[in-house]
Amino acid sequence: MLTLIFLTFVLAFIVLFLKEFVRTKYVAIISLLPFSIFLYLLSFLPTIKDGTSSLIYTTDWVPSLGISLDFKFDGLSVLFGLLISGIGTLVYLYAISYLKGHPLLHRFLCYLTIFMGAMLGVVTSDNLITLFIFWELTSISSFFLIGFNNEEEESRKSALWAFSITGLGGFFLLSFGIIVGTITGTYSISELLNHSDVLKDSPYYLLIILFLFVAAFTKSAQFPFHFWLPGAMKAPTPVSAYLHSATMVKAGVFLVARFTPILGGEFYWNTILLVVGGVTMLFGAFHSVFRKDMKGILAYSTISALGLLMFLLGIGTELAMYAMAVFVLAHALYKAAFFLITGIVDHALHTRDINELSGLRKHFPLLAVTAVIAALSCAGIPLTFGFIGKELIYESGLHFSDDSWILLITGALFITNVFLTASGFLIGFKPFFGKGMKKVRIAHKPDWMLLTPTIVLSFFTLLLGIFPIIAYKEIILAVFASLNREVVEMPLKIWHGVNSSLLLSGCTILLGSIIYFVFKKWKNPMCFVQRFDRLAPQHIFSILAEKFRLLAYKYTFIFHSSYLRSYLAVIIVFFIGLVGYKLFTDVPLRVNTTGLSEFRIYELVVFLITVVAVIFAINTSSRLTAIAATGVVGYCICLIFVFYGAPDLGMTQFAIDTLTTVLFVLVLFKLPPFLRFNNRRLQIRDAVISISFGVLISIITLQALVSPADKDISRFYAENAYVLAKGKNVVNVILVDFRGFDTMIETIVLSIAALGVFSMLKYKEDEEELEN
Amino acid sequence: MKKNSRIRKRRLDTTILRTATNYLLPLLLLFSLFVLLRGHYLSGGGFVGGLIASIAFVLHSFAYSTRRTLRLFQVSPLLLIPIGLTLSFVSGFLPVILGSPFLTGIWFADSVAVIGSVGTALFFDIGVYLVVIGVVLTILFTISENV
Repeated sequence: MLTLIFLTFVLAFIVLFLKEFVRTKYVAIISLLPFSIFLYLLSFLPTIKDGTSSLIYTTDWVPSLGISLDFKFDGLSVLFGLLISGIGTLVYLYAISYLKGHPLLHRFLCYLTIFMGAMLGVVTSDNLITLFIFWELTSISSFFLIGFNNEEEESRKSALWAFSITGLGGFFLLSFGIIVGTITGTYSISELLNHSDVLKDSPYYLLIILFLFVAAFTKSAQFPFHFWLPGAMKAPTPVSAYLHSATMVKAGVFLVARFTPILGGEFYWNTILLVVGGVTMLFGAFHSVFRKDMKGILAYSTISALGLLMFLLGIGTELAMYAMAVFVLAHALYKAAFFLITGIVDHALHTRDINELSGLRKHFPLLAVTAVIAALSCAGIPLTFGFIGKELIYESGLHFSDDSWILLITGALFITNVFLTASGFLIGFKPFFGKGMKKVRIAHKPDWMLLTPTIVLSFFTLLLGIFPIIAYKEIILAVFASLNREVVEMPLKIWHGVNSSLLLSGCTILLGSIIYFVFKKWKNPMCFVQRFDRLAPQHIFSILAEKFRLLAYKYTFIFHSSYLRSYLAVIIVFFIGLVGYKLFTDVPLRVNTTGLSEFRIYELVVFLITVVAVIFAINTSSRLTAIAATGVVGYCICLIFVFYGAPDLGMTQFAIDTLTTVLFVLVLFKLPPFLRFNNRRLQIRDAVISISFGVLISIITLQALVSPADKDISRFYAENAYVLAKGKNVVNVILVDFRGFDTMIETIVLSIAALGVFSMLKYKEDEEELEN
Repeated sequence: MKKNSRIRKRRLDTTILRTATNYLLPLLLLFSLFVLLRGHYLSGGGFVGGLIASIAFVLHSFAYSTRRTLRLFQVSPLLLIPIGLTLSFVSGFLPVILGSPFLTGIWFADSVAVIGSVGTALFFDIGVYLVVIGVVLTILFTISENV
């Protein structure tokens, strides 16, 4: 799997360089990549389908930190992997046709491939840290995908919102991983299964699950973080279909599902999931019917479906787990189809407003059939896979463990499903039936690459709807097994006989149709919803973000006054305060003068020269003299280094001093005339700062002599420099061998500094040239 | 106009410096190499060597002009940075290929005349030397040209 994911990333970058090839019709070949991954994952099914075994591939990465590239194949990861690669194959085909002739198609395919690789990594990783890395990669690549139309401001804004919200979740995921890793001592998710009790009894249990939930809720667009998802609809439709039906937004659901056997089943776990999932599913379902933009409807119904999945995980019974597994698959199948259909309609007619669209079945008969199948699956009509899902959802509501809550839970599920049914009808029926539109100007007729994906998806919806046992035997049982510790057989059946959940399904469809007809007629229901925009989380978040920006601006301005002297003053005063405080409170002040050597005559001379140079530097009125004087001070310090047996240090200091002086001289001519500061107060302030700094450093030096440092390290270097590193100059051996890694990082830092100077000054020059 | 004449006057006064530089530049460069190579046994090393070499070039640019000094290089000193970094990294990565951890010192069995025993550490140091020259000259020349 590691090779496969690695290969995916490599391929993503290769595509970037195949700009010309991407324009030819052979580019469809690239969809073989997700397809081969799909086949590869299918090959796991025979091994894992009975739910008792799973496969783990391990590659060490940073063994000392317990980070390894582990990939686990069990029901849950294979189901998600199949969705990602399967729908991925269809989306590749679709996107190539949808964006045909787009100048940046190669870039799009690159982002899409990175995203797919990252997503596969998320669902198969068996290590918390690796999981986090892939998780962040999905956020980053989705940022590029959502903002693909980067010339539109709205698009950029949505991408930024999506990125900030999901990125925020990423931090929480990392914190979650580190806390869990610290408590249990392992980052391996499958090993965590054995530490489940430790985590549940830990005093940090609530904190742990809160961190996990924030990560999952931000990614899966749960209330109040949901608003990035409707915004993300600015992306090209294939992206919406891919990210928002089966992959990215389900990552949060996946995360919660993955940790259900480890952390689940406790009161807080279930309650939080029930409340947040419940609010989200009702909120999303309710909002979806008010929209007129097809993608808007889909965005909110997706939010609702994600809430429903969280809600099912919150119910937490065996039935609910089955329902969740089935609904993940059913929803992915019909929602992806909806998105793709929307894209085709939008592509052909350049509108997505369902007020305008009607009677399209005459123009797109095949598309109409797939749309109807998707809508029926969404509504849960028998013979579609959605029906199986809906039955199970109602069953799990009706068999909730606490009798007193059954009514509320089932009621919430019922209302959600009613609105979801209505919104499904709005997408699947409204544009295709009714009177034909007066003016139909079809800009693009859908070709086979656009149509095939929707047909394939509808085919599977029907196939699994008629023979649910296939889905059950191949994958659903295995998914259930990875959610629940014990395997409980509960074969999916197409007909359960007349019972209360069937009655509920019937009522759902009836009420859903009524709502559909009401909202079909209502031309502008948005004005009703817009009244509450002020209270919407998005509004509150934008205010917070703006306030934070202002705060940062003001805060920066205090320290970033762009006067070098005040920077220096701030740094030094801060240093004096911090170090001085630490020194006088923690360390007993003892100065031992007995061990100090006597002044030698040449040291005294150097010392006197230094003092004279300092006085010169302070009092001179010419810049050049001041610089020369500081140069003299620098050389004197070099001499002192040499006297005390540090020739390497002396040499380096000597060269550095020379170059610094040269640098000063270079900029000297361009500076404004030397300012005489007659301001006594400023002079006194500076004098106080510099004298106290000097005194502090002297005290620290003397103090360091009193408490001798551990000599072990220097002895090790001295003894082993020649034995291990074949060098006689210990300083240099430390630099190039013992601590070579530090040196390497330092050279990189230096290079960055040089590049910074170069680019800043050159950039300014170019700007001036432009202005002229 | 006044400014130009001032600059020209300053340029004219540098005959002694120019003559001296013609001899000093190669000497200083040789010295910097000497410091670089002796580093493993005696005081010196890539960092100091690089600084000395940069001082040599800075001296040249004082005597002539930055443009003339840049002409001494076939390429921009900026290019020395990636070359140096690559050399350091490759010399550090070589042991990984041979199965040891990153930056392990590997040594030739026989020592080379004058330089002494040659190992990856030497190439690492040469990389540092190049990076330092590149960084110092880039910063100084960019500033002197643009300020």
